[in-house]
Amino acid sequence: MQDSPKYWKGIEELESSPEFVKNALSEFADFMPVKESHGTSDATVAPRRDFLKLMGFGLAAATLASCEAPIKKAIPYLNKPEEVDPGIANFYASTFFNGQDYNSVLVKTREGRPIKLEGNPESPITRGGLSARAQAAVLSLYDGARLQHFAKNGAKVDKDQLDQEVRNALAGAGRVAIVSPTIISPSTKKVIAEFAARFGGAEHVMYDVNSASGLLRANGGVLPAYDFSKADVIVSFGADFLGTWLSPVEFARQYVENRKVSSTKRTMSKHFQFETNMSLTGSNADVREPMKPSALGEAVVSLYNALLGGAKPAGKLGMAAAALQSAGSRGLVVSGSNDPAIQTLVTAINQRLGSGAVDTANPSFVRQGDDARMARLVKDIAAGQIGAVIFYHANPVFDHPMGADLKAALTAKKVKTTISLNDRLDETGSLCTYAAPDHHFLESWNDFEPKRGYLSLAQPVITPLFATRQAQDSLLTWAGNPTTYYNYLRQQWQGVLGAGNFAKAWDKAVHDGVARGSALPAPAAQLEPAMDANSAMAAIKGAKSGGIELAIYEKIGVGNGADANNPWLQELPDPVTKATWGNYVTVPRAYAVEQKWEQGDVVTVTANGKSVSLPVLIQPGQAAGTIGIALGYGRSAAGKVANELGENVLPLAVMRNGAISYTNTVQLNATGTQSPIAQTQTHHTIMDRKPVVQEATLAQYRENPKEVTEYEKISTPDGLEKPSKVSLWQDYEYKNHHWGMAIDLNSCIGCGSCVVGCQAENNVAVVGKQEVINRREMHWMRIDRYYSSAAHKEDFEEKGKLATYAAMEDPSENPSVIFQPMMCQHCNHAPCETVCPVLATTHSSEGLNQMTYNRCVGTRYCANNCPYKVRRFNWFSYYSNEKFETVNGHMFTDLGRMVLNPDVTVRARGVMEKCSLCVQRIQLGKLEAKKQKRRPKDGEIVSACAQSCPTQAIVFGDMRDSESRISQLLRREDGERAFHVLDAINVQPNITYLTKIRNTDKSDFNA
Amino acid sequence: MQHVSPVREPLVTGGKTYHDVTQDVCRQVEAAPNIRWMGALSVALLLLGVFFYSVYRTLWYGIGEWGLNKTVGWAWDITNFVWWVGIGHAGTLISAVLLLFRQKWRTSINRAAEAMTIFAVICAAMFPVLHMGRPWLAYWVFPLQNTFGSLWVNFNSPLLWDVFAISTYFSVSLVFWYTGLVPDFATIRDRAKGPIAKVAYSLLSFGWKGSAKHWSRYETVSLILAGVSTPLVLSVHTIVSMDFATSVVPGWHTTIFPPYFVAGAIFSGFAMVLTLMLITRVVFKLEDYITIEHIALMNKIMMITGSIVGVAYITEFFIAWYSQVEFEQYAFINRATGPYWWAYWSMMTCNVITPQLVWFRRVRYSIPLTFILSIIVNIGMWFERFVIIVTSLHRDYLPSSWAMFSPTIIDIGIYVGTIGLFFTLFLLFAKFFPVINMAEVKSVLKYTVDNGPTYTGHDPHHSPQPATTHGVPVTASVNYDKHD
Repeated sequence: MQDSPKYWKGIEELESSPEFVKNALSEFADFMPVKESHGTSDATVAPRRDFLKLMGFGLAAATLASCEAPIKKAIPYLNKPEEVDPGIANFYASTFFNGQDYNSVLVKTREGRPIKLEGNPESPITRGGLSARAQAAVLSLYDGARLQHFAKNGAKVDKDQLDQEVRNALAGAGRVAIVSPTIISPSTKKVIAEFAARFGGAEHVMYDVNSASGLLRANGGVLPAYDFSKADVIVSFGADFLGTWLSPVEFARQYVENRKVSSTKRTMSKHFQFETNMSLTGSNADVREPMKPSALGEAVVSLYNALLGGAKPAGKLGMAAAALQSAGSRGLVVSGSNDPAIQTLVTAINQRLGSGAVDTANPSFVRQGDDARMARLVKDIAAGQIGAVIFYHANPVFDHPMGADLKAALTAKKVKTTISLNDRLDETGSLCTYAAPDHHFLESWNDFEPKRGYLSLAQPVITPLFATRQAQDSLLTWAGNPTTYYNYLRQQWQGVLGAGNFAKAWDKAVHDGVARGSALPAPAAQLEPAMDANSAMAAIKGAKSGGIELAIYEKIGVGNGADANNPWLQELPDPVTKATWGNYVTVPRAYAVEQKWEQGDVVTVTANGKSVSLPVLIQPGQAAGTIGIALGYGRSAAGKVANELGENVLPLAVMRNGAISYTNTVQLNATGTQSPIAQTQTHHTIMDRKPVVQEATLAQYRENPKEVTEYEKISTPDGLEKPSKVSLWQDYEYKNHHWGMAIDLNSCIGCGSCVVGCQAENNVAVVGKQEVINRREMHWMRIDRYYSSAAHKEDFEEKGKLATYAAMEDPSENPSVIFQPMMCQHCNHAPCETVCPVLATTHSSEGLNQMTYNRCVGTRYCANNCPYKVRRFNWFSYYSNEKFETVNGHMFTDLGRMVLNPDVTVRARGVMEKCSLCVQRIQLGKLEAKKQKRRPKDGEIVSACAQSCPTQAIVFGDMRDSESRISQLLRREDGERAFHVLDAINVQPNITYLTKIRNTDKSDFNA
Repeated sequence: MQHVSPVREPLVTGGKTYHDVTQDVCRQVEAAPNIRWMGALSVALLLLGVFFYSVYRTLWYGIGEWGLNKTVGWAWDITNFVWWVGIGHAGTLISAVLLLFRQKWRTSINRAAEAMTIFAVICAAMFPVLHMGRPWLAYWVFPLQNTFGSLWVNFNSPLLWDVFAISTYFSVSLVFWYTGLVPDFATIRDRAKGPIAKVAYSLLSFGWKGSAKHWSRYETVSLILAGVSTPLVLSVHTIVSMDFATSVVPGWHTTIFPPYFVAGAIFSGFAMVLTLMLITRVVFKLEDYITIEHIALMNKIMMITGSIVGVAYITEFFIAWYSQVEFEQYAFINRATGPYWWAYWSMMTCNVITPQLVWFRRVRYSIPLTFILSIIVNIGMWFERFVIIVTSLHRDYLPSSWAMFSPTIIDIGIYVGTIGLFFTLFLLFAKFFPVINMAEVKSVLKYTVDNGPTYTGHDPHHSPQPATTHGVPVTASVNYDKHD
């Protein structure tokens, strides 16, 4: 018998080790570590408590693992783009041009989304400056009111289907027209030309809402380029060149070059302004004369005659004539009129002077609109002679004086095929059959030539947010060109940059955003020849005047109304009236008194059989017998921000001499109703408060610069001393940095670019019209505007204090104006810091007055105790209270929230906020320097307001660094122009202002 | 018990006996609520409802529901706060200072006056909390241990001083008031018939037995608390005034504020005491305890403090002129002639001119005129705070920021609502607590008696028990200065 095979349980059984034998009979293994820890010396045995701990952990881990993980909406990069680092901003050069002003920009993107636009310092035109409108453009990218897909009759349609239908429709359309505002893109123009060629010579009609058609015609079809820095005497007839005329950012920079004074340059240009409304430019002028629009033509005529040796006109015009005569080629005359006759004379005057500030050889391209052609086109459309029309960023139903005719024609289907390339179903787009919405410029490739010889590029900085298509691509597609616009553009640029080393040159051009060279054909006289001076004079003499004259103007914020749905622009106070959210009728005080009108009374303004009803705003400096109304308002299909805000005044404009005349004679009737105007400033005079803002004349400055600024002194036992000498407080010691800012009131023109720049940088909430009326706007940075008054403290003796103070509240009839940017003064002895019960606002070791939002309980004591009234309280939850969903909508949606700066907290309800001196930018600069093991370089860290200032009025820097620009400036200006606001209360601000110098005989400000 | 003073006017009229006092005071506590009380409480509760609604709006939507703006960061909130705190002052003054000065006439009004203090401080305390942007974090103003590291409160801030001043004031006043209530609660307890009342008043009276030791401790504690309270009368409003005086706002930055505010507080406090007493004595038929003499005396205090306040107003103007500081001068010119001139002149009329009428004896002793006067002073003192806060803030240094303030319905609702809160508390107090300090009034019964011996009394219902102390003849001379 054979042994049955033996199976071992394992190696251990085979070896029959004593340990195995011992354990073999027991059913359970004995090594479970369940033993009391005490009482045993066996270290290998885990104590019972450990077992319980492990079991507890296991249980907890199992429980936790079974819980649902929180869903976060942030999606990580699967393949992180090489150049994108979370938390670090990238800048890309681009260009902003929307038919109004040209700006070369840098786009700040974070994690692939644009959050802010900054000026491009490489640009020889805008030189790092940026207009308020350009600043705000980034918010328009995230505007939910944009059309998000292709549409036919307002309903969503497939892209290919639309292309097919459009191609078919265009093929047999007959006359095709493309309507657009001024296009300064050479490649786009070529695309349009190609498209036109494809469809039987389709005509491309450009028109401008703020037209310079008259100026173009007077100069044989070219728009002269101006250089205000080359003018020592500037005479402007209603041209708001610092605010809205042609290229304000460029002009402001040039203008201020000649206005800045210092110990090495004690000269400045002399600026005369003759105008109807009080414009931003007029409020910066040394000599300003309000004039009826009809009188402006006469004034140009008499100036022309005077310069030809004729009779000297009286008054300010005579002064201007004399100044121009002595300035010769250093003189410049400009006019904002759209009357070819007036512009012909202005051109003649400049030619007579031999003005070196006017350049017609290398002209500007920023206005190319031809009013006559546009008017003809509207008539043709109304007559049913046009087969197809394409509106490319053009909204003539809203923004052309003949908009009503066009609307009637489009509604009556007088044009068979209507296509809109506009970004939304606006007033015109909603009447079109097809809508192929264009990308936002931040999603597009494009090129620009604002001035002959100066090119710039735009590049996409974000994937298109919506199912839109770049307009040029649409045109190319419809014209049957299969290439993309990007390739088309590159092709074009080979002609500019040369085919040789194109790739490298192209990369550099894209990187810089700007390039030299010209891509547009040299301008040829395409309009009727200009009239001669004599017929111009005859035309002017023949112009009728009388009655109340209306002067339509453009506002710095909303402009022509194309960007009206941008709440930042709506809430940007007008630099002069300080009004937000809507337009109004500016009337001279005398007239309002005569009519017994109060501010806010609604009046009906009638002309051409059309009328608008708007509230009255009493405007000092408004010419007698005139009123002013801003265009760009009264939108009905812009989006919920802009709709039903104000009224559209353009229908009151008329065609005159083949150009739109922005003036007209009107009738005014009171309606008896009231509509409050939302102003951020309701008291307008300075009340002779010299400690607040100071100014002097150029003559005084030249005579003794030490006496232009009045420094307050405090009486002490040792005699009069600086207020800072007498202090109960201990001074802070700044060991590393001491940040500070200097603001040159001579350079600040009050344009408001910094206000929007600050708003974008710091996630400042928009509060809407009612809350502005309630005086609760949130702007961290504001620009105070003061008018001079006819009454002064000298009258105390004669007229008594009470009467004088009462009179001082009224501005003069034609006041001089001063602008003072005002933000947290970062006081070294800050009154806000002492009174906070919970230490929510404290002083930093670098001189900043810090606000700790988390700690703030919101007593508002700090705001009360702030002499500058710069603290802003979160009265509501601006990001979640439904009351603010319309105006502050970008904080409510995921789409809009993309614009928020992730480095800055969105403040909760109930906390105080204020200017932080862009502490996040300071921190970034310091960290960058630290990484490179060096100290931050001067100029590397710039606050948002200083960055955006077109005139570089704001200098930011480290006052501990004796070589920094600010230190040098303060050293130089100490005892001359540098002053602190309210020096005597000894709060010792870190913000210094420089006294404004006027090139006048007498300062009527705080005499 | 029977003694007729040759010189003094009686403090309690109507020939009351000890039992009468107990009877008169306990009557409204024990009886069913009368219809007038019910009516008054309904109105007060209605106003309290307004208060809760307004507070709900404020807490849910934010301070934006009020009329404040970037320039005027405080208006009705702090006006009401200072007004209520000021009103409270009379109670402390009556119970503490007059106790120390041995003004025995205060005995019949001090209880209600103290209650008024407590309720006024409760109303006042609503505002510093409600005016915060984030009231749920109000506890951050206390120097508490926290998890935020070394975060601490700012001892430089007058608001923090306020926190200490008000909380101290409230606690001391409460203890003082309650201490005085204990013997009276015991009286009610002993008389109570209902089971709930028995338990409630037993708890409230802390087992008071009326033993000599109890009385001795009671007297000692009262004296100590009076001593502690007296500086509080001065300190609380001094510190409240420093909210303004230590600031840099022209019109606030004024060194005269502490005494001026204290005088103003007593002024408004007495006005409020008068308003309340004149109603209470009629509603609860306590004319014999709160006599026309009381009214006249309080009128005098009102007139004196009103005059001090008037001098302060004028001094402010003088100093503004004398200082030659432009901003200061303008602040005062603006006060009197600016857009809020009506508030200023209301204040001047109510606070400076009207109290001078008290010089006329006929006014002083006229109940209707006194009542009207007290209301006018209350209004005037509210305007005083409004003038100081709003007219100073609305036009300070930079003319660009000048703004106007106008209240919203919520502002008004909260103010009216605190009046509702105050009267709700006061009416509940008047119903369930003894409104007159029986124990102390009994001690002044023998102070003077006007109409002959009380124990023989003309009222046949009163049992004519001789209540003299054993062994002391009725004709024995009384040491009037003996402390009670």
